Amino acid sequence: MAIKKFVQVIAKFEEDGRIIPLQVLWEDGRVFSIDRVLDMRPGVSLKVGGQGIRYTCRIQNKEVCLYYEEPKWFVESKER
Amino acid sequence: MERIVLHSDINSFYANVECLYHPEIRDFPVAVGGNPEKRHGIILAKNQKAKAAGVKTGEALWQAREKCPGLVIMPPNYQLYLRFSRLARKIYNRYSDQVESFGLDEAWLDVTNSARIHGSGRAIAEKISRAIQDELGITVSIGVSWNKIFAKFGSDYQKPDAITTITRDNFKKIVWPQEIGDLLYVGPATKKKLMKYGIYTIGQLAQTSSDFLVLQFGKMGMVLWRFANGLDDSPVKAFDEQYNGNERILKSIGNSITTPRDLKNLKDVKLITYMLTESVAMRLRETGCYCLTVAIHVRTKELHSFTRQTKLAKPSDLTREIAEAAIALFENNYDFSSDIRSLGVRVTDLVPDSTPIQLDVFGNEALRIRQAQLDDTVDDLRKRFGNLVLRRAVTIGDSMSGLDPKKDHVIHPIGYF
Repeated sequence: MAIKKFVQVIAKFEEDGRIIPLQVLWEDGRVFSIDRVLDMRPGVSLKVGGQGIRYTCRIQNKEVCLYYEEPKWFVESKER
Repeated sequence: MERIVLHSDINSFYANVECLYHPEIRDFPVAVGGNPEKRHGIILAKNQKAKAAGVKTGEALWQAREKCPGLVIMPPNYQLYLRFSRLARKIYNRYSDQVESFGLDEAWLDVTNSARIHGSGRAIAEKISRAIQDELGITVSIGVSWNKIFAKFGSDYQKPDAITTITRDNFKKIVWPQEIGDLLYVGPATKKKLMKYGIYTIGQLAQTSSDFLVLQFGKMGMVLWRFANGLDDSPVKAFDEQYNGNERILKSIGNSITTPRDLKNLKDVKLITYMLTESVAMRLRETGCYCLTVAIHVRTKELHSFTRQTKLAKPSDLTREIAEAAIALFENNYDFSSDIRSLGVRVTDLVPDSTPIQLDVFGNEALRIRQAQLDDTVDDLRKRFGNLVLRRAVTIGDSMSGLDPKKDHVIHPIGYF
């Protein structure tokens, strides 16, 4: 089952107030650069239980949903 | 032009938010309940499965468990519900600036002027329903009609996740056959009285002569008759977010609490009264009002309750004067024949704090001014460092002293009028 994994994120704050995530820092030290944000809108994660701004991102050619649930960021993770 | 009013009601609000945040309990009957150790152990909300098992809002947790053995009971998380309530309101605001909240989970929207942009009332209801489901993961029931009463009726008519349109053509078919208790403001007492006169359905109420109803129920009779006939024309009151939910004219300010243990003597009562009054008086000062009347509400452990009120000699916003009035009121009206479970303090007859006050020869106005300055200083300290930074000595050294009525205060459904 997927779990709600809170992650460190490096983000850019735009002049108009939008927040664009740039990198996800995994706890083991790996850094995942976000190649592109494909979509951002308010959304829920039914899988792990959460609600916030959902960023659909492309990371290493995979689509990943990154959620900004103020004030924290989380992903739906398979790992413990 | 005919108005288009929507009433949106979030289905099993607390329970469904908990289900959203805890995927593991989604397939079970779920209820949100207070903490039995603090003696708030009643069901606050339940999901569809628990409802099907007969769990009712307001019953004790043990009663609910008896009916529904596998019931999952979650503790409430008000901050989360407030957040969802705000997010829902933001979605409503996309379609209208006239949004009137009715508690955390219900709201009226007047979309008369945006129907031309977004299509019909029903189209807007569908858009709202989809947006809430996509963005918040919970469902709503929406009623669409030309007045607030039938819109609310519509949102109650089909649940969950449904839209009911009540028009001038179909209201006699949909609303009128329903039993009288389904109408807003027909509670158990009014229902009983109406049934005594052979009025069992909303249609029968609508067809009763309004003169007869006024004779029996006073001005409420006319109001109910108008409700039943779809003649209600009360506007949807626009909501100003800066104004913290106090957009209506304030009639009273009050706080009450069910204490963690029964109150057995005057010392306990004084403690709680001071604690409640601190919150009430601070809120009174924040709104820039004086009060003329102080009222208390007492509930014994047998759940008998009563209220008493008294006029103050002078308009006041002083914590000490209000608390002393409340305690005197209590002493004059209760003899501890039974222990007390719940206590409330309320101030009414509010006047602006610019109202001139009649001085008298024997009173010590200098002292009152000093008191007011002290209260202002205390308010300021509390605003900066938290409500518990400065406390009255009576409230220290008791297991109940950590209660903070001001911070825990949530605005609950207000009356319709």
